[in-house]
This record gives sequence, C-alpha cells and structure tokens, in this order.
Amino acid sequence: MNTLTETASHDTEHHHGPAKGIKRWIFTTNHKDIGTLYLWFAFIMFLVGGAMAMVIRAELFQPGLQIVEPHFFNQMTTVHGLIMVFGAVMPAFTGMANWMIPMMIGAPDMALPRMNNLSFWILPFAFLILLASLFVEGGGPAFGWTFYAPLSTTYSGDSTALFVFAVHIMGISSIMGAINVIVTIWNMRAPGMTWMKMPLFVWTWFITAYLLIAVMPVLAGAVTMVLTDKYFGTSFFNAAGGGDPVMFQHIFWFFGHPEVYIMILPAFGIISTIVPTFSRKPLFGYPSMVYATASIAFLSFIVWAHHMFTTGMPVFAELFFMYCTMLISVPTGVKVFNWVATMWRGALSFEVPMLFSIAFIVLFTLGGFSGLMLAITPVDFQYHDTYFVVAHFHYVLVTGAIFSLIAATYYWLPKWTGVMYDIGLAKLHFWCSLISVNVLFFPMHFVGLAGMPRRIPDYSIQFANWNQLISLGGFAFGLSQLIFLALVIKACRKQGEPVPAKVWDGAHGLEWEVASPAPYHTFTTPPEIK
Amino acid sequence: MANQSNANTRLVNRLLLVVVAMFGFGFALVPLYDVFCDLTGLNGRSVQRVDALAQSLVDDSRVIKIEFVTFDKTGKQMTFRPQAQYLQVHPGEMKEVTFTINNPLSHLQIVQAIPSVSPGQASLYLNKAECFCFNQQSLEPERVSEFKLKFFIDKDLPKNIEVLTLAYTLYPIEQPVVAQVLRR
Repeated sequence: MNTLTETASHDTEHHHGPAKGIKRWIFTTNHKDIGTLYLWFAFIMFLVGGAMAMVIRAELFQPGLQIVEPHFFNQMTTVHGLIMVFGAVMPAFTGMANWMIPMMIGAPDMALPRMNNLSFWILPFAFLILLASLFVEGGGPAFGWTFYAPLSTTYSGDSTALFVFAVHIMGISSIMGAINVIVTIWNMRAPGMTWMKMPLFVWTWFITAYLLIAVMPVLAGAVTMVLTDKYFGTSFFNAAGGGDPVMFQHIFWFFGHPEVYIMILPAFGIISTIVPTFSRKPLFGYPSMVYATASIAFLSFIVWAHHMFTTGMPVFAELFFMYCTMLISVPTGVKVFNWVATMWRGALSFEVPMLFSIAFIVLFTLGGFSGLMLAITPVDFQYHDTYFVVAHFHYVLVTGAIFSLIAATYYWLPKWTGVMYDIGLAKLHFWCSLISVNVLFFPMHFVGLAGMPRRIPDYSIQFANWNQLISLGGFAFGLSQLIFLALVIKACRKQGEPVPAKVWDGAHGLEWEVASPAPYHTFTTPPEIK
Repeated sequence: MANQSNANTRLVNRLLLVVVAMFGFGFALVPLYDVFCDLTGLNGRSVQRVDALAQSLVDDSRVIKIEFVTFDKTGKQMTFRPQAQYLQVHPGEMKEVTFTINNPLSHLQIVQAIPSVSPGQASLYLNKAECFCFNQQSLEPERVSEFKLKFFIDKDLPKNIEVLTLAYTLYPIEQPVVAQVLRR
C-alpha cells in the first residue's frame, strides 16, 4: 500500500485550519477533533469509574462494615460498572475509530461529520445525569449494572428515571456512532481499498458497528419497560400483572452478550495491527481473522442464556447454551493462534505497544479460559455470582479491552501529537500495571471458588487475607494509571523528540503515509492503493 | 459528490430501519416469550383452564402426589394457607381444595394469586376447572376468606412425573404510582 507523493503536498496546504478556543471543540466536525474528544472523555470517565472501584476496594479491605453504608456500596458497584462499560471502554473505542478509520481507508473524514459531533456531545449529558442521580434523595441506582427486575422496578429509588434516560442517551450516541462507522466504511474507502485489503482494525469495527445497531435498541427497549413498569403501571416484569421477571434477564442478556463482544472485537483489531508491526512480519492468516471475527459476532447472539443457568431452565436449553458458548472458543482460538504464529520467528522488538499487546494475548486468554469454565453448566452453579465471575470479566475487560486501548494509545500517540512520548515513563506504566493488575484480579479466582459472593460489602473472615492483597493491588493499579495521565499530558504538550511520518519501522498502513503529527485534513484527494 | 451523499442517505435510511426494527424486536420478545412458554410449559405458568364438565377417564393404575405451597408477597401479614399440604390423586380424577386467606387489616384488600407448577413440564397437564387465581379477589377486612380450586391431572402426564408442586404467590393489586399522583 503506497500513496502518491501528491497527497503529502495536499496535506500541507491548510485552506482552513481548526477554529480557535473552545468553539473549535463544540462545533467541530473534524474526525480527529471528535476522536480526541471521545478519548479524553473516556479517560476522564475511566478515572471517575476507577475512583468508585477504589471506594469498593477500600470497603472490602477488611471484613465488616467500616467506610461506607451498604446502600452506598451498592451504588458504587452499579455506577462503576455502568461508567466503565458505557463511559470508558465504548467511547474510547469510538474515539479510536474516529481518529484512525478515515486515515486507514484513505477517506478525508467520517461520512456524516455533523452527526458525529452530535453523537459525541450528547454523551457528557448522559453521564452528568447518571452522576447527578447519585445525589438525589434515596441515592443513585443500586441494583447492579444489569438492573435486574424487580430490583430496578419494585425495589428501586426514584433515581431510576434518571438512570433510564441516561442509558437512552448513551444508546442513541452509540447507535449514531455505529451508523457513522458503517457508512464511512461502505462508501468512503479510497479507490483500490477492497474489502479484503482493509486493515483489521477497520474490519473489526465494521462488524462491531453492526452488533451495536442490532442490540443497543434492545437495551433501549429494556430500560423503557423498566420505566413503564415502575411509573406507569405496566407489568412486563411484574408477576402480579401477568409478567415475568425472568423475561427481563432474557431481554437484557440478548443485548448484554453481544455487548461484551462490542467491547472486545475492536481490541482484537488493535492487537492484529500492533503484533505484525513489531514482529516485522505480515499478520498470519488475515482472511481467517476476518471470518473468525464474523463468526464470533454471529455466535454472540445465541449464547445469552449462559448468564442465567441458575434461573431454572430445562436441561435441553442449558446444554444448547453451554455448547454454543464453548463453540465461541474456536474462532477466538483461531485469533490467539494467529497472533502467536505472527510472532513465530519474527524479528521481535519490545516497544511499549508490543509489551501491552503481549500482555493482552496472555491475560485475555486467561480470561477466556475462566470463561470456558463458567460455560460448563453444572460447575456454573457453584461459580454463579461469586468473585470468580468478577475475576473472569475483569481479565477480559481490563487486561483485554483496556490493555488494548492503552496499547493503541502508545502505538498511535506519536502520530497524533508528532512527538515520541516518554518511553521510560511508559515502561514504568507497563510494569506497574502488569504486576498490580494481576495482584488485583488473580486472587479473585481463589476467593470466588471458595464461595465469596460478589456485590456484597461484607464477607466471611476466611477471605480477609486475600481481600487485603486484592485491595492493595487495586490501589496500585489505580495509581499506575496516573503515570499514564502524566505521560499523555506531556506528549500533548509536545514534550519529546519529533517523530517521522512512519513512526515504527515495521508499520504498514495509510496512517503512516501522512505527516506526524497528522495534519488537520488528510486524504482530501484519495490516495492510490497498489 | 452528489452521488456520494445520495449513497450515504440511502445507507443511513436502511440502517435506521434496522435500528427501529430491533427496538420493535425488543418489545416483540415479550409476546414471543409468553407463546414459547405456553407451548413448552417452561416457566410453569401455563396452567390449563378447562370446562367443569370436561372430565376424562380416571387412570386408577397411577397415584400422583400433588403438593400445595403458598407464599404471601403482599407485605401485609396475610395468612395464606391450603387446607391440605398435599393430595394423592389418580390422573383424570376431579379434586377440590380450599385455600384460606386471612386479611388482618381494617380495610378491603384486592389481591391476585399467581400459580406456578414445577416441574414446568407438568403444568401442561394440570387442568383447572375452577380457580380463585383466574381473577383478582377482594378480601373483606379482618376476616378469613375461603377460596376454591377444582382440578384434575391429565392422564397423559408423562410417566416419569410422580410428584408435582403447585405454588401460589399472593400479590397485592395496587394503583400504579402515576395513577396515585393523578388522583391526588
């Protein structure tokens, strides 16, 4: 893939640059500006949600109740989950998509720039509403991020209305973002950028966007039903009126399971971009990666009830969902083996993005294995709602999704800012994060298998030692992320060595053909792809 | 450029259609769930209502134990009891059980009893000719009310089911919050 040199001269002539001051950010329709907004927003939300996790871990440092009330503890677990899923991971991936997809496919911008602006700017309001709900009388949502009925209908406070509207706005924002990604990839690829030439990050996002438009409306429907059950006397989930609370779980997990793939498929794309760069080899098995992604997306729709094995399903249904769930490990295994095969006999070098990617491959696979254990119906009865589940989904979301986002930032940050970040700090960040994240989440497997339930502010005395260690790991992981914050701020202030257009010598792709930092407008004339 | 924006509009419209359809699908899951459960008896709710005269032949060769369980979810300290903890019945044989509910409060209460049968599969073979659970019931203040259940078990009940449990949960019927606000 090479561009004509002509594009470079196009890039340098600024017919209009960014506006000045705050108005640049409010009215911007530029994909790079919006990408930056999304990424900063996600990072702020990551810190807010992280602060809530610190409250949770501080309370769990010792058995007994010492720091917060149980009701407030429940609000912390609920809002921590909601913020990390909808406020940190999803907007961060959307930010990456905004920044990178147009540059990777040789498009001048996203296809629908004004909708792009709107889809970002409604997001802060959604989270303002959600956070404000913590301060209303009776407290914020305390029913867990899964808001199971009747906890969210019969037994919830009046902040539920705020929660519902916040989720509606988040959903609309994600749907608009997803539509934009699909239209951009369908219609704006540069001539010669055929489907099977697209970078894998673009492919995985393309499939993720379809998942988003398929399931976010179902989530919107579920919260709407909670709202009408609570305030308007409907009985969707109310047994007294002929409804069924178990149905809530079916509807929720019909959204919820594809949602977990929404949070991991773009991560697969990122790892598939970084590993070949630092192995100095093309990605092993590109077509199989595309098909594996599509298969995972398809399977994600027929496994939802594995979250509900203990609700009293017939044995046939339990077996069906168990086998389908285990089937997902086949395409996922294809991906992991492809990454390993890419590294096999490659000229490896261990720059920071590569360090995070290798940590991703190892630790995500570990999370995948505990997922496989949870898929086994009979043993799930033991693991259900214990810390083992917490360990599982934090391995796939923190050392999976979040590590891939950090790797992506270390990979593309020099392209965004034009300077190399402080590599010493970055390595410090990597080692602190890697060690603390395992101190934080690995012992959760043990206390979970021993029977410690999740979402409870107190625990039996025999779990005390492990929990103390887990909390220490948690505080260390939280503090480590401040290193990352300092590093990114330093890079944004252009403190560092300037970098050439092609920052990493093994990198391929159109984003490395434009200057560093990437000019405000790129590919106003489409590049030619050979 | 005009072509490009036309193509974009067309694609956006199609994708919006998908979004609207999926929002509708979320709600369509509600009736679909009920139909699915009724066909399979999955959640034990699909008790068969039959005519009081619809009797079938009695199968004397089998005895089925049917247990009665009651739960009070009104939160109003009502005493909800079956007259018998269990009955031994032959499939096809019509039986009658009385349930009593004591309303200790000084005003009329409206309640609804919701049945659930386990194992769920058995719910397809439990035929009710008369049940207080068919309707909402009003409970006179400070009085014990009696309610009747008339049922028979279909003689096609699978052979592996020998015990079945019929549970009733009593729920209060209250005005929804909005209606309360409007009445004020």
